[in-house]
Amino acid sequence: MSTLVYTESPLDPTTAIYDHTLPSGDGWMHEVRQGQTLRIVDLEGNQAADTLFYNAHDFSDRYSAQDTIREQRGIYLTTGTRLISSSGNTLATIVADTCGRHDTLGGACAAESNQVRYALEKRWMHNCRDTFMLQIQRWGRGATKCDIAHNINFFMNVPVTPEGGLSFEDGVSAGGRYVEVRAEMNIVCLISNCPQLNNPCNAYNPTPVRLLIWDK
Amino acid sequence: MTNETLLYEEHVPGGGMWSGVLRRHTTLRLTDLEGGANVGLLAYRAAQPLDRLNLPDTLKAQYTAKLTRGHVLMSDMGHALLSLTADTVGWHDPLAGHANAAHVRAKYGERNYQQARNDWHRNAHDNFLIELGKHGLGPRDLVANVNLFSRVDVDAEGRMAFHPGNSAPGAAVDLRAETDVLVVLNTCPHPLDPSPEYTPKPVKLTFLRTPPPDADDFCRSFRQENQRAFTLTERLHV
Repeated sequence: MSTLVYTESPLDPTTAIYDHTLPSGDGWMHEVRQGQTLRIVDLEGNQAADTLFYNAHDFSDRYSAQDTIREQRGIYLTTGTRLISSSGNTLATIVADTCGRHDTLGGACAAESNQVRYALEKRWMHNCRDTFMLQIQRWGRGATKCDIAHNINFFMNVPVTPEGGLSFEDGVSAGGRYVEVRAEMNIVCLISNCPQLNNPCNAYNPTPVRLLIWDK
Repeated sequence: MTNETLLYEEHVPGGGMWSGVLRRHTTLRLTDLEGGANVGLLAYRAAQPLDRLNLPDTLKAQYTAKLTRGHVLMSDMGHALLSLTADTVGWHDPLAGHANAAHVRAKYGERNYQQARNDWHRNAHDNFLIELGKHGLGPRDLVANVNLFSRVDVDAEGRMAFHPGNSAPGAAVDLRAETDVLVVLNTCPHPLDPSPEYTPKPVKLTFLRTPPPDADDFCRSFRQENQRAFTLTERLHV
């Protein structure tokens, strides 16, 4: 296990302007304005929050996993990571993190990828891509499936080995741990609170996350 | 291989780009003519381009952070798009993405068309957009790409480092289409290539008619996940 750095936030939940608990299997799409801070709390531990960010004014300018990891020369996301868009803009910065590491290689679960990974009969299980799809459809304004790009998995641990292997490890998160991002422009955040039951990304027990927003 | 028929060849200069539909069970062989080439590559199901290469799905299904013989490039709809049926390189990068105009200018300096004609500095992002546009696709369709012939190592701390000398002159990789696949590629430098000189390398594209994969096909039987992706893909053609 590599070094994990924990950074606590000075922000007080009682001063948040928004406070919402998102059950597992549910989705959330919300604008976060420049300078505001969004905190995602893993309430019960080992929960994956599959998250996408968009430039609020142009959805084609969206979170890019490859640009983000390449520009920081590292595959894990933690405090100080700039979340970079497909056009090279900084959408948001991770400013606090009591988990220490987050994944952006594993993507989201989908009905079809569950079929490939586990069994053809798994098509009927709830999954993150369906949550993303429904949120996008409700959001409207021209958003479609092609806006569902490669996401962040907050609280998830997906190490790469020196031999180029990819493994899905038990989470490094625990109940009450959180991550905070500060919006560097007006952004839209899309979250699927992962319902996956086929692997340990949620410890086989999907649980709620809490979402808080502070004004600058 | 004995059962392959040469269809045609194309020569892509360094900094160049190409796109086209690779018909089901034809193979695109990419050859690094001089060594040190990089090919940024995207793939879409030609009949429905919303069904497209998804590297997270590809990597997690095959528990890999590199690509080589046996691996299959999978779509976000659970389909096998391109199978790596042969590979003398051994490691292709699915992590580091591609550079845009600002990256190339910052790294190599300004060299525009007015100054340099067709020896100008081209960048992978713009080349992708140009080729995608020819097929009615755009920035929202530009997803995470593969970098053929390049290798990026990841250490225990998660740090990424470009691995020099990964591809020798004459090295080749074969991509077999498992359905009709729109392939979009360019030969711009890898975004982490430390060379201070802009020296993108040429690549030869060889199009081959190849036999359909049988039950024992290496890529199909490489993992159970691949078998299921092949099954879902064959259902497109019943």
